Amino acid sequence: MADIYNVRGRIFDIQRFSTHDGPGVRTIVFLKGCPLRCRWCCNPESQNYEVQLMTQKGKVKTTGYDVTVQEVMDEVMRDRPYYRRSNGGLTLSGGECTWQPDFAVALLKAAHENGINTAIETTAFADWSVIERFIPEVDVFLMDIKHINSAKHKEFTTKPNELILQNAGKIAEKAKRLIIRVPVIPGFNDTAEEIGEIAKFTASLPNVNEIHLLPYHRMGKDKYDGLGRPYLMGDVPSPTNEKMQELSEICKAYGLTTHLGG
Amino acid sequence: MRPVYSAKIEKSERIGKLIEHLFLKMPEIEADRAVLLTESYKETEHLPIILRRAKAFEHILEKLPITIRPLELVVGSNTKAPRGCQVFPEYSYTWLQDEFDTIATRSADPFYISEKTRETLRKVYPYWAGKTTSELATSYMSPDALAAIDHNMFTPGNYFYNGIGHVTVDYGKVLKIGFKGIIKEAEAAIAKLNVADGDYSKRFQFLQAVIISCNAVCDYAKRYATLAKAEAAACTDEKRKAELLKIAANCSNVPANGAGSFYEACQSFWFVQMLLQTESSGHSISPGRFDQYMYPYYEADLEKGAITREFAQELIDCIWVKLNDLNKVRDAASAEGFAGYSLFQNLIVGGQDSNGQDATNDISYMCMNATMHVHLPQPSFSVRVWNGTPHEFMLRAAEVTRTGVGLPAYYNDEVIIPSLQSRGLTLEDARDYNIIGCVEPQKSAKTDGWHDAAFFNMCRPLELVFSNGMDKGVQIGPRTGDVTKMTSFDEFYDAYKQQMIYFIELLVNADNAIDLAHAERCPLPFQSSMVEDCIGRGKSLQEGGAIYNFTGPQGFGIANMADSLYAIKRLVFEEKSVTMAEYKEALENNYGKDMDSKIAETITTEVAKSFIESGKALSREDVQTIYETVVKNNCSDEQKARYDALLDRIGSLPKFGNDIGEVDSFARDVAYTYTKPMLNYRNPRGGQYQAGLYPVSANVPLGAQTGATPDGRLANTPVADGVSPAAGRDVKGPTAAANSVSKLDHYIASNGTLFNMKFHPSALAGESGLESFVALVRGYFDQKGSHMQFNVVSRETLRDAQKNPEKYKSLVVRVAGYSALFTTLSRSLQDDIINRTEQGEF
Repeated sequence: MADIYNVRGRIFDIQRFSTHDGPGVRTIVFLKGCPLRCRWCCNPESQNYEVQLMTQKGKVKTTGYDVTVQEVMDEVMRDRPYYRRSNGGLTLSGGECTWQPDFAVALLKAAHENGINTAIETTAFADWSVIERFIPEVDVFLMDIKHINSAKHKEFTTKPNELILQNAGKIAEKAKRLIIRVPVIPGFNDTAEEIGEIAKFTASLPNVNEIHLLPYHRMGKDKYDGLGRPYLMGDVPSPTNEKMQELSEICKAYGLTTHLGG
Repeated sequence: MRPVYSAKIEKSERIGKLIEHLFLKMPEIEADRAVLLTESYKETEHLPIILRRAKAFEHILEKLPITIRPLELVVGSNTKAPRGCQVFPEYSYTWLQDEFDTIATRSADPFYISEKTRETLRKVYPYWAGKTTSELATSYMSPDALAAIDHNMFTPGNYFYNGIGHVTVDYGKVLKIGFKGIIKEAEAAIAKLNVADGDYSKRFQFLQAVIISCNAVCDYAKRYATLAKAEAAACTDEKRKAELLKIAANCSNVPANGAGSFYEACQSFWFVQMLLQTESSGHSISPGRFDQYMYPYYEADLEKGAITREFAQELIDCIWVKLNDLNKVRDAASAEGFAGYSLFQNLIVGGQDSNGQDATNDISYMCMNATMHVHLPQPSFSVRVWNGTPHEFMLRAAEVTRTGVGLPAYYNDEVIIPSLQSRGLTLEDARDYNIIGCVEPQKSAKTDGWHDAAFFNMCRPLELVFSNGMDKGVQIGPRTGDVTKMTSFDEFYDAYKQQMIYFIELLVNADNAIDLAHAERCPLPFQSSMVEDCIGRGKSLQEGGAIYNFTGPQGFGIANMADSLYAIKRLVFEEKSVTMAEYKEALENNYGKDMDSKIAETITTEVAKSFIESGKALSREDVQTIYETVVKNNCSDEQKARYDALLDRIGSLPKFGNDIGEVDSFARDVAYTYTKPMLNYRNPRGGQYQAGLYPVSANVPLGAQTGATPDGRLANTPVADGVSPAAGRDVKGPTAAANSVSKLDHYIASNGTLFNMKFHPSALAGESGLESFVALVRGYFDQKGSHMQFNVVSRETLRDAQKNPEKYKSLVVRVAGYSALFTTLSRSLQDDIINRTEQGEF
């Protein structure tokens, strides 16, 4: 077996003391490259695997760099005291970590070797053979279900959802813990019916009883400008707290433990 | 054992009304104490000082106007006006006289002073010429120390001009045996004296002074009993009448006797707390482990069914309000350094008992409730944390933090206990520590810690390395050589260490001079009666009567010095990308940047004043010319470009606060240049010097006296606060900053370290926010950090508060070792608080 610590991958950021993506205090490693192109994506620089130039606060910066598992682990290990006190750990986000399976799985394995809890944020838009490799190395799957209607899914993310829903069933069966996350996007999935369908689907998954509703925010807008890309969401405002509460009640009616935000 | 009751208890209506009354008017200066003190002193010139102090205290307590404020349950006020203050000419007074006309309008901590009060004080002051501690201390200082103070190398201003304070007395003993009990101890000690002993008369006089002072306090309480009775007789509201009669009953029993109930314990506690601040102007008179010494009375009442939890809570809340009723006026410069009318009455809950078991009880949680109910800067509320601290306790403390009151501060038993042991405390005493003032640990009732003994600006000695010991044309430091000819970093670093040691010695000289002056002119028999082993030794606290004696001057600017020395090492000696001569030139020209206009104004005013004082008339145009010379840099474009390039290079170097091992270890070593030499010195009370690393809020005004530093910090801007990273330089989030700070040696800085973090409320939102916050504190403490405190307000909130101060009268922020009302702070300090990196924004 090759030394997992030498496996290389491409990331664009590491963020420490994140408290909203998985249990406890976590370090988030953002991997570059994603098969989907969600209109609301707040990390547009994550989508393309290639290293890009992005203008931020008037300065042109390179986004994306190659690292070894060892290099990432050096950073991840720094916050071990805080993981230990909060049952936190490492979360892979992106981008889409299944897009770089060799690197991602090696990194998760390395974390486990060092006694660190692992989570991934994933679209699960990947062959089952790929996802299967992640199963033993992931303590918490945070998986997006954005819409039950495949056509609408495709319209807003560029990809249909059959593979995603299929994988959700399999992950639910095999994973240690699966939490479904729903970005609540005005004009896309924010009606009672649409959220209700997702909740119903989530409740039907074996061993799954948690759902997170994440309200849309415009924090990514400047990055689109910085990449010279149009921001398709325009001036759509974030869902109101009342609206989020309403949607949360719908999920709870399906017996799901529901969190607003991470 | 009863299970601990941790649930929240509602706030009574009374509390809001008490607070409203307290903040009706601007705080006022009153002259009664100064007049009474002077009267007494004139009568006692033939007596030894200790008896003169006791008799003056007696006279003051006999005559000082007393008042019961509307709806109070716990009574006792130093002044007629709410939040008013008395003055203490025995320490110093000329500064107040000079500020009579400006004190009501100055930016930091203004006070109202009536024309009548001014007149009265003008009559009293001439008596004190030549008699103050401040004047005696000056005469004891070496000329070099005076020069160093004059050149802003350090400032011992706190005790130079004021009382010492900084003590936690034996509240528990007063609650238990009352002052009559203490008088009996003093009498027993007198009985043991032998008239033939060499120090017989000194001991005898001290013990007599204790007895006079304690009797005075018993009589003072009786005045309140009489007043309450009279007010009850005149009161038509039956409920209030009953309350006043109860107050009268309490004051007739305590603090003369031991407390018979929780309510009496509260009243007794308050008389002690308040009267310590009538005897002397020292601040940081800290209640310490309130939850420990109050608990037995609460428990007994609860067992008997004599009290409800709600009423006990209301009484505690009343004490919290009263702690904000006490006030102190400082000179304009010190007011900037201690901004926020703060008295630093540190009160701490939780932690271990002296046997090493967790000491959390109902009162610990009720104190958290009180801080949430009252939402005011006092007491400086603190919590002790150790591995056995209940998780519930941490979560509740985090909730208090989340309200944005800037409290509590968190302290780590696992560092502080061994740290105190290394200074000679027994294990039991170390476990029973509490915090004084900002962050200074000590064992209550046994210690004269002289914490907060001076501010030492670690940046200034580095300036002297560049100038070969010269400052403003005067050779005030050692000649450590021409900096441009230094050939290795070690040579440069050695020069810095030499400058450090030279000024540390002068600081010790100054502090010891002040120490002697206090022992000689202002020994405090009342305070001494409640600290072991003053009665046994027949010696006041000021003369070394305590079991443990220390002097703790605090250094600050660690982050700036670490970054500065690191920059010199890398750029000049390793990369050789800039010569020392170029660096020196850039510093002298403030990197080609203009001076801050407000600071330029201040300097212009000073220069203009000195011209006028020397008899030279200045026209408006002359002043304008001075201002322009001060504010404008005279650098060519070529110079500016070079300096900008240098600033860029400095900017790209790794900085302290980002969890970078090399820089952090370096910072640890730099801190040793202050903390290690300090251990070599001793004070006149026979105790050791121990360093602290915290600035109160002096990093702003003292930063204004500091030139540009090699870390890219511009001239006259604030230096880094406490052990925190320099403002805006920690860019990797709170865990990285905490890891960096934990790399410093917190054990050796046994007088306390201060780590300030500012949190946006969103970071603590929800249960998961609280949990993560607790993990952050725990994680930092696991790595042996000593102290942590938090500001939880948004930058926008603070900006808006600057624009609309009237809307934010009660906005509390964490300043340094304490909380203060934001709108009462000076503009520059407000700006500094806003500019501290906002941690935890996602």
